[in-house]
Amino acid sequence: MALFKLTINNRAYSADVEGDTPLLWVLRDNLGLVGTKYGCGIAQCGACTVHLDGKAVRSCVLPVSSVGKAKVTTIEGLSEKGDHPVQKAWDEVDVAQCGYCQAGQIMTAAAFLKEKPKPTDEEIVGAMSGNLCRCGTYHRIREAVKVAATKSN
Amino acid sequence: MSTFNQTSRRDFMKLAAAAGGGLFLGFNWSDTTAAPVVVDADQIAAGSVKFNSYLSIGSDNIITIVSPNPEIGQGIKTAFPMVVAEELDADWKLVKTVQGNLDNAQFERQVTGGSGAVPHSWERLRKAGATARHLLISAAAAKWGVPAAEITAADSRLFHKASGKSGSYGEFAEAAGKLTAPADIKLKDEKTFKLIGQSVRNVDNKNIATGKPLFGLDFYREGMLFAIIQRPKAFGLKLKSVDSAAAKAMPGIVDVVTFENSVAVVGKSTWQCKKAREALKIEYEKAADLESSEDHNRIFSNLMDNGEATVRRKNGDVDAAFKSAAKVIKAEYQCPFLPHSPLEPMNFFAHVREDGVELVGPTQTPDRARGEAAKITGLPPEKITVEITRQGGGFGRRLSADFAIEAVHVSKLVKAPVKVIWTREDDMTGGIYRPAVRYRFEAALDKNGEMIGYKLRGVGINSGNPTREDNFPSGSVDNLLIDSVEHKSAITTGPWRAPITNFLAYAEQSFIDEVAEAAGKDPVEFRLALLEKAKKSPAGEVKYDVDRMIAVIRMAAEKSNWGKKKGVHQGFSVYFSHRSYVAQVGEVVVEKGKPVLKNIIAAVDCGIVINKSGSLQQVRGGVVDGVGHAMFGNMTFKGGTPDQSNFNGFRLIRMNEIPDVDVHFVDNGISPTGLGEPALPPAGGAVANAFYKATKQRLRNQPFINEDAFKGIS
Repeated sequence: MALFKLTINNRAYSADVEGDTPLLWVLRDNLGLVGTKYGCGIAQCGACTVHLDGKAVRSCVLPVSSVGKAKVTTIEGLSEKGDHPVQKAWDEVDVAQCGYCQAGQIMTAAAFLKEKPKPTDEEIVGAMSGNLCRCGTYHRIREAVKVAATKSN
Repeated sequence: MSTFNQTSRRDFMKLAAAAGGGLFLGFNWSDTTAAPVVVDADQIAAGSVKFNSYLSIGSDNIITIVSPNPEIGQGIKTAFPMVVAEELDADWKLVKTVQGNLDNAQFERQVTGGSGAVPHSWERLRKAGATARHLLISAAAAKWGVPAAEITAADSRLFHKASGKSGSYGEFAEAAGKLTAPADIKLKDEKTFKLIGQSVRNVDNKNIATGKPLFGLDFYREGMLFAIIQRPKAFGLKLKSVDSAAAKAMPGIVDVVTFENSVAVVGKSTWQCKKAREALKIEYEKAADLESSEDHNRIFSNLMDNGEATVRRKNGDVDAAFKSAAKVIKAEYQCPFLPHSPLEPMNFFAHVREDGVELVGPTQTPDRARGEAAKITGLPPEKITVEITRQGGGFGRRLSADFAIEAVHVSKLVKAPVKVIWTREDDMTGGIYRPAVRYRFEAALDKNGEMIGYKLRGVGINSGNPTREDNFPSGSVDNLLIDSVEHKSAITTGPWRAPITNFLAYAEQSFIDEVAEAAGKDPVEFRLALLEKAKKSPAGEVKYDVDRMIAVIRMAAEKSNWGKKKGVHQGFSVYFSHRSYVAQVGEVVVEKGKPVLKNIIAAVDCGIVINKSGSLQQVRGGVVDGVGHAMFGNMTFKGGTPDQSNFNGFRLIRMNEIPDVDVHFVDNGISPTGLGEPALPPAGGAVANAFYKATKQRLRNQPFINEDAFKGIS
């Protein structure tokens, strides 16, 4: 066990865990940030997506020891009032069915739109195909990313 | 995590009452014919009035409805209150829904399954809303001294035009609560619906998009322990011995306990438990055959020819029909086992105390969890509470209570609150799959291409009856025999979204396509002719609505411009399941020599559509689910052990693989008949038949990706 100091959503946290513990489980089990979801544990589904210095990463395969000084953003910290353009688009388009994968979808979309504010349809599909949605809300995810792109401009 | 158990609901009622009174309307969920009864808050608080669910209107104008059925993504937490609000003429912005917990005394059928939540509750929800509206109007009539008939209601307000008086529902809630509810209440004419049929956003959208703790896996309790369980690695093995010394010595591990064939590693975090589980040394012994997929294929072949079949339906003289046939068509179809793969893996919280049990988690059947907990602990059911969380998908997997049972066992053994968590590997390899089935279809055509005989034999592994003997084409063929054989296996199976029909529909609708081709007839016309026959001179009982089926077929044909699109290969499919009717046209285009599924047009008759947005997505999602699993879903076994254990080996459909899905609803004013499942079954057939048109190769086995037609195509 070792003490890890983390900057998450612009707040300082510390967790006394083994260094190989994935950031996902530190967020969930130790820090009470349960918006980041566990889906597969092997970076196949994207439910656990968070931002590390603004880039989308899979927290289920990211050992806490490798986070270092990087700034972590989780779904809870994507916006203060839940009004990030992507979050608003997700509501407008009424994307969610069960909703379990959507935090990961939103984090993936937000990081993607930061890099590519005016994506083509093909680029959206390319960026979002790494995230699984078992309910099959893909049509609406695709549409919501487009809607969000118009909002952020 | 909000808790809303028996005690706290009473507190909620008391609070609501203390906050200025209000109207509490209980309505009987178990009996459509029973009139809702108004009770005062104190009666509810004392628990002395026997109702199943509650609609409340506070003096603050907030209307609350407790929804008793689990929300797994089918949208009832939005649709239920829409129905109440419609009859109530409520301002939708002021309606709140609360998830009810398990309460046998108050609710009935707290189940999410069989696409039955809305059909089951439709009348009751409407009556609850209409009764409250009636009482509010009565209270206003008394206060204003005007005839009730002159009062109108809209957007949670009451109006009397002649006197110019108006007031909010909240102002009249207390007075209305003291009135006696009428025994009989007139419901709205469906044609006047304002809210029903509109697109209303999921009531939990904001909570979902901001990562609020909604799901079972998000439930944490101070002092709670975690448990990761090692189950036998192969179906057919049982536990012989456990050496847990190394695991127990690992950091964070509190205990290792054994029950039945399971070994639970209990500790202070998920990760610590997961790592310690790897240090367990367990010996197993054989308790049943350790079957491989090759064994299953042998079993299918053997039982297909030699099995002792159970006759499911028989009409006319099949042997004579086949003897006199001008042409006989015969084909076999096969579908593999499938895991459900809800994205939230199985998990459950249990706290077993001396005097009671607290259960919290995602379950489609909370009553089953309670019953099992009662058996294990010996405590009476009334000492066991079940809080139902939002669920990260279900697809039938959460109809089983195995994971809740585990939590009860572990909590009882370690005498502490425990959360059992399944890893994805546990979830995929831990059993309860869609059964694997092989079908043999035979059709006899006369010289005019009329189907005079039809035979179906289904051989399933732990499938129960793998046929739906009264579904189409039964009733439309004079000589028909449907039978089945079941092989019992150690591999556990259970309901999977649209049980049986999720693969039977594909096989049957593909075969009907083969028969239509052999008869030299258009697949749509061929189906319509059969249905006309079922209508005019039915063979035995017809247990589906022929007219509704014809209507969706015609609608899908029209919307898809059937048979008239150049360069587009269309495949047709239609199916009746869970009371609803869905026809689909798959469209395949050949691009650079590769067949690509571009579009699916769906015509849906689920009766009245409550929430247009939710319903549209339910159909699209069902089609994506059906297409994805037909294309890619495959679970195979070696020596009783699944070959696939996570999403790297088991392929789920992704965004870059989906077709467009055009959805069209039939507007016929029939009461809602269910939508969680019916869009899925026809999808596989529409896809297979469209690919056939493009490639001239039949797709007779799922997953399609392994078929010859797809060789070299990823």
